[in-house]
Amino acid sequence: MRLTQGQFSFLPDLTDDQIKKQVTYAINQGWATNIEFTDDPHPRNTYWEMWGLPMFDIKDAAAVLLELAVCKKAHGSQYIRITAFDNSKGWESPRMSFIVNRPKKEPGFKLIRSEDEGRNIKYTIESYATKNPEGERY
Amino acid sequence: MNTPTTIKEGKERYQPGVMEYAKMGYWEPDYMPKDTDLISLFRITPQVGVDPIEAAAAVAGESSTATWTVVWTDRLTNCELYRAKAYRVDPVPNTGPGTNIDQQYFAYIAYDLELFEPGSIANLTASIIGNVFGFKAVKALRLEDMRIPVAYLKTFQGPATGIVVERERLDKFGRPLLGATTKPKLGLSGRNYGRVVYEALKGGLDFVKDDENINSQSFMHWRDRFLYCMEAVNKASAATGEVKGHYLNVTAGTMEEMYERAEFAKQLGSAIIMIDLVIGYTAIQSMAKWARKNDMILHLHRAGNSTYSRQKNHGMNFRVICKWMRMAGVDHIHAGTVVGKLEGDPHMIKGFYDTLREERTLESLENGLFFDQEWASLNKVMPVASGGIHAGQMHQLITYLGEDVVLQFGGGTIGHPMGIQAGATANRVALEAIILARNEGKDIWNEGPDILKQAARSCKPLEAALMTWKDVTFNYESTDTADFIPTPTISN
Repeated sequence: MRLTQGQFSFLPDLTDDQIKKQVTYAINQGWATNIEFTDDPHPRNTYWEMWGLPMFDIKDAAAVLLELAVCKKAHGSQYIRITAFDNSKGWESPRMSFIVNRPKKEPGFKLIRSEDEGRNIKYTIESYATKNPEGERY
Repeated sequence: MNTPTTIKEGKERYQPGVMEYAKMGYWEPDYMPKDTDLISLFRITPQVGVDPIEAAAAVAGESSTATWTVVWTDRLTNCELYRAKAYRVDPVPNTGPGTNIDQQYFAYIAYDLELFEPGSIANLTASIIGNVFGFKAVKALRLEDMRIPVAYLKTFQGPATGIVVERERLDKFGRPLLGATTKPKLGLSGRNYGRVVYEALKGGLDFVKDDENINSQSFMHWRDRFLYCMEAVNKASAATGEVKGHYLNVTAGTMEEMYERAEFAKQLGSAIIMIDLVIGYTAIQSMAKWARKNDMILHLHRAGNSTYSRQKNHGMNFRVICKWMRMAGVDHIHAGTVVGKLEGDPHMIKGFYDTLREERTLESLENGLFFDQEWASLNKVMPVASGGIHAGQMHQLITYLGEDVVLQFGGGTIGHPMGIQAGATANRVALEAIILARNEGKDIWNEGPDILKQAARSCKPLEAALMTWKDVTFNYESTDTADFIPTPTISN
C-alpha cells in the first residue's frame, strides 16, 4: 500500500527541487517548518518524532533541505514529513504537512474487528510494521 | 421622501388611534448606532403610494415594539429603548423609474441589545423576521445583512469544532478536503450504500456524505446505514492510513430521535454527523452543543434555504443564514461553488465564504457585505462547495474558494467511467497537482488546464475524468447579485 497522509501523497514522490519550492512557499507565508519522522504511521499518531525544533528563524529553504538530508541519513528507512506552523491569531496550528520520505516497503494496516453486542463492531487499525519494537520496524 | 416630525413622548404621542410609524419614534435620522446595537439592513419595496421612510419606520416598528395602533401601555416601559430605529434609507441603484423593477430602498435599522435573549437564534429571528415580512405596507421585503455586536456574539457557543481543530483532528492540512454525496439519493440498501462509501474513500476522498433527504426510510433504516457506513470508513482508513469520515445524517422528526442517532454515531466511532437546515434554529443549536460535548464535527446541509434566499426582492440573503449558522455552532455549511450547477455569483459567494471563515470582515458592497463585522473569536465554519463540479474545474475552484473548503464531487466521483475509486483518485490527484503548482507560484487560473493535463499523464483516472466532463459548464445568469455603484478611484 501507499500511505496517503499529507498534502501530496497522490502525486509521484516529490523531488528535492519540488520540496524546496514548497518550503519556500511556507517561509514566504511566515510559517516555521519542522521535520518529523516516525516508524508508526497510524492515522491517529499525531506526534511524530521531531528532528530538532521548528525552524522559526530560517529564511532560506536551502537550509531546511540540508537538515532534511541529515535526517534522511539517520532515519531514511522511516516516514519523514515536513510540517509548516502558522502562529497567527485564529490559526496557531499547522498549515502544511507533506511526506518527503517513505520506507521502501509499506506493509500497511490490518483492520481488526471485534464483534460487539447486536451487530456492532469495534474497529482497531494496526500497522503491520509496529509488531516489532520502535526502531526495528522498517 | 418627506421627513415627518417624530413625536417620541408626551400626551400628543399617546392620543388613541392610528399614527404614522415614522412619527412614533421608529424613524430617527440623527440616530448614531451604538457599538452594542444590532443593525439590520432591509431591502424594501414599498406599496404604491407608501413613502419609503414610512415603510422603513413600519419595518422597524413591526420588528420591535409597535402594533397597528397607539397603545398607552408603552408608557409603562422605557419604550424609547425598545423601539427599533430606522436611521437611514437609500434608494437601491438600478431600480425604479427607467428600469423594469419597482423602486426599492435599503433601510438601516438599529436594535438595542436589550431586545434579544442571550444565546438564542430563535429569539433573534422571532424579532427580526417574525411578523414583518407579511406586512401589507410593503410589497416585498428582504433582509440583506445584519451587523451583530460583539457583546451579543459572546453569548453564543459558535462552531462546535471549527476549521482549525477539524483539520487537526483529521490530520489534513494545506489543501481543501474532498467529499462526495452518495448517489442515487434514494433507494440504495444499507449494504449497497456502504459500497459507494468504501470505494470513494479508498480512492482518495476524505469524506462521503449522506444526502439531505436520507434519514430512515423503508429502503434503508438509519441503524443499518450507520453500521455499513462505519465498516466502509474503517476499512478505507486501514487501506490508506488516513483518517476518513462519513457524514451520518441524524435529521429526524424529534430531538429525542436525533440525539439517539447521534449517540449511535458516536458509539460507532464516527468523526462527523450531519443535520439539515430544515430542522430549525433551536434544534441546530442543540445539536451544536451536543457536538461540542461529544468531540463531533457537525455538518449542516442548507436544505430549504433557496425557498427564501434566492429571489432578490423578498426573503433573506444567504449571508444572513451564514452569520446565524456561525453563531448557532455548525462546523460545515454548503455555501456555493461559483462554477457548479447551483446559484452563485462569484462576488456574492466570496461574501458568504468570508463571513464563515474570517476573524473579521470589512464592509464590501461589491461582495454584498454592508457592515464591518468582528467575529469575537467564534470558531470558523468550513464552507462546502457541492453541486455539479468536476476535476477539470479544480484550478477555478481553488482560485475562487481557497483551500479551507470541502469540495464535494458527487456525480464527479460516482459517475466516473472507470468506477468510483477511479473517480475519487482523479479528484484527489487534480487537487494535489493544483495546490502543488499554486504553492510553486504558478498562475493556476491560466495554466490550470495544462497542469491538470500534465498530472493526467501519470494518472489514467484523471485523464478519463478530463475527457468525460471537459465541456461541462453551467453558465446561467445569477439571480442574486450585488446592487451598488462602484466609487470611481483616481488612478495614478
